[in-house]
Formats: sequence, C-alpha cells, structure tokens
Amino acid sequence: MKELFAILLLAMFIENFVLSKFLGICPFLGVSQKTSTALGMSGAVVFVNTLASAVTWLVNEFLLKPYDLEYLQTIAFILVIAALVQFVEIVLKKLLPPLYKALGIYLPLITTNCAVLGSALLNVQRNYTFLQAVFFGFSAGLGFTMALILFSGIRERLETCDIPEAFKGMPITLIAASLVSVAFVGFAGLVIQ
Amino acid sequence: MSVVIPVAIVGGLALFFGVGLSFASRVFAVKVDDRVEKVRELLPGANCGACGFSGCDGLAEAIVNDGVSPSKCTVNTKEGINAIAEFLGIDEGEVSQMVARVICEGTWRNAGMKYDYQGVHDCHAANMLSGGMSQCFYGCIGLGSCQHACPFGAIEAVNGLARVNPEKCTGCGICASQCPKGIIKLVPVLTGYTVLCANHEKGGIAKKNCKVCCIGCMKCQKVCPNDAITVREYLAEIDYTKCVNCGKCAEVCPQSCIHDAMHERLPYEPDDQQQVANAQ
Repeated sequence: MKELFAILLLAMFIENFVLSKFLGICPFLGVSQKTSTALGMSGAVVFVNTLASAVTWLVNEFLLKPYDLEYLQTIAFILVIAALVQFVEIVLKKLLPPLYKALGIYLPLITTNCAVLGSALLNVQRNYTFLQAVFFGFSAGLGFTMALILFSGIRERLETCDIPEAFKGMPITLIAASLVSVAFVGFAGLVIQ
Repeated sequence: MSVVIPVAIVGGLALFFGVGLSFASRVFAVKVDDRVEKVRELLPGANCGACGFSGCDGLAEAIVNDGVSPSKCTVNTKEGINAIAEFLGIDEGEVSQMVARVICEGTWRNAGMKYDYQGVHDCHAANMLSGGMSQCFYGCIGLGSCQHACPFGAIEAVNGLARVNPEKCTGCGICASQCPKGIIKLVPVLTGYTVLCANHEKGGIAKKNCKVCCIGCMKCQKVCPNDAITVREYLAEIDYTKCVNCGKCAEVCPQSCIHDAMHERLPYEPDDQQQVANAQ
C-alpha cells in the first residue's frame, strides 16, 4: 500500500509527465484552452494510460522477455498502444456511447500521445510488478490531468489579460508553461524511501 | 535464424491486432444513419454552438433523429436551410436570417467617461465598477467582450464602442449573450433603420451623458406612416414587422440616433482616443 502511494506521489508530482518529463506537450498546449476540453482529454489519457500500462507489461513479460527481445520494446509498444486505442474506441462506441461521446475526438488523438508510450517504457525500465505498472500508468494519467487543468485555468485567465502584442497567443502560453514547470521543480527534491 | 523470432513476434503481433480489429469492427459495428452525414455536410461547419447543440454534428443528428428544424442553425444561409429541408423532405418552417446590431453609438467622444479604467480588459469586469466607465449606464462599455466571443470576427470594438460588420455577421447571437449591458440585439437581416440607443432615462438626464442618445421626444412616433415606432420609457422602439424602411424617422430625429444601419457603415473616429487623452 505504502509502495503504491509512493508511486502515486512520484508520478503525479516528482516526475509529472508534462511538467518535469516533458511528455505529452502537444495535447498540453493544444487542448488546454478551456477547462472543459482539458477535462475530456485528461479523462481519455487516464483511461488509455492505465489500460496501455497493463497490456504493454504483459506483452513485455510474456512475449519479449522470454526471447531476449527487449530492444524491440519501442516498436512493439507503439503497435500495442495503437491497436488498443482503436479497439477501445470500437468497443466504447458500441457499448458505452455516452463515454464515447464524452471522450470524443481525444481518444484517437491519444494513439500518438508520447505520454502513453513513455509510461509503458518507464514501467519496463523500472522493473515494476504488474500491479505497480498499472498503478503507475494510472497515476501518470492523474498527473497529466492535474497539469492540464492547472494550466487551462491559467490560460483562461490569460485571455482577459492585457498582454503586449508581441506575446499574444503561443509566446505567452509557452512562457506561462515554463513558469508552471519551474514551480514543479520544487518537487524534485522529494526523495521517497 | 536469430532474425526470424523477432520478425515473427512483431509480425505476429501486427497480424493478431489487424485480425482482431477487423473482427471487432464487425462484432461491435454501429449502424450510422448516412443521412446524418449528408445533413452535416450541408451545415456550415462553424461549430459555433449557437443552435444549442454540441456543434454541427450534434445538430445534424438532432435534425435527422429528433425532427429539429434545420432553421435552428442561424449561421446557415437560406439556401442551405432549404437544401437540408429538401433533402429530408420536410417543411423548413419560417426562415428568417438575423443579424446582430449594437444599439448604441456611445463612443468615447459621444458619451464621456466617468473614470479612468485600468483593470482587466473585459466588459464584465468593468461593468462591476459602477456599471462601466462610460457616463451612460445603459450604453456600450466598449472593451470588446463581444469581439472576443464572436467566432466569425465580425465585431470590432474601437474607441469605446463595439460595431458589428453586417457582412461577416451570421446572426448566431453569441455576442448578445456575452454583452453585460444586453444592448446587442438580433434583428431581421433586411431591416435598415434602427434606434441606436438603449437609454431609458429622461431626455435631459440622458443628454447630459451622451450626445447621441434618444430623448424620447416622440417625433419619430408621430411621423411614422405605419405606426411602427412606439416610445416607451423615453426610448423609441421600432416594430420590424411594421417598418417599411422609409427613413422618415431618421430625418426628423433631433439627436440623429436613428440610422440606416444596414447601408451606412458608421464612420470610425480615429481621433477619439487622442481627444479623451487631451480632455483628461
């Protein structure tokens, strides 16, 4: 239990995927304009990240490891994640239309989200057990959610600010993102035994 | 030989996923009404949400499945709405295209400033400080909340007054819902003459605050041949169902606050800001 809590802290704060590891920057900048869209994207990431962590762990453990094929992890995981997202989309469309509608366009977008691939690869590098891997994927998704919602709040405020002409739009967004990232460096000193 | 196993595994994985996905898409196939797609193509695709649905996809679905009128989409042209109605074989109902109009002329020159506002560049924020910095309580604040809200770039807020470009305006009404003063009105696109004032104060008081306000003098009401104008609470209102755009009201208006808003684009006043700066 204590171990899982440590993983939660690690994935959400110390190694926040967006703000410390710089994974998933594209959706972080792309869909953080409104809190509502940020929530939709985050929900999809948490969902897919958890599932993908489980499946990639199984693939690694029972297909790649027995044949010493660890060097194929990247390509195999990309394959697995893409197929998984497609499969989840098809199934959701049929069985859970409300959830499918809520996740909307964000679900297929996640196919190419490097945060998902990142958590799959980190799971393997750190030799997590199955339960730990799934939980790490889940917490990384939560960390992504937190970063996205925090930042969408900032961006909504930025909209009404009187910003110098040269900084309007993406420049001020990038500056704000770097400041939030700097704030998260504060967590880097935390060491969990 | 050592190459065979990795190739087999990755190839096998890919084959497995490919077969699995095609199998899944058969098993979990969802019937999609192809009419929805067709209707979706006939909609403008602006995804502005003015119809009250989640976007053009949502409206297309509602039109086909729930019998919602295609004229719900205010952005679409009359021809577009007719095309949808024809495609589905339904009566499209009354189609009236609307256009947004800011019923105020209170630029910084016309209506003075109560105070120097330095806060957030947003009408709602300014409105919280004793109803904005314009001397007229009813008039346009001019910080452009409507301009930011407009998905079509049809509004420009310059010199303390928002103005709608009727060529770009699609009548979606998003700006009207954003205006804290409620002075953006949707009018039928063919109406010309409009009372460009929202002030309900007595003539004398209104005149102190703004040079081009309606003072409720009743002249337009008397001259109107179709009884389309009524003055209520010191403000003239035009009933567009009766108005024939004769323009007599505009001729007699002593404050010249009735304008043919469709044809004459109100001139911008580039020197306004300078004047305000000088006055302070």
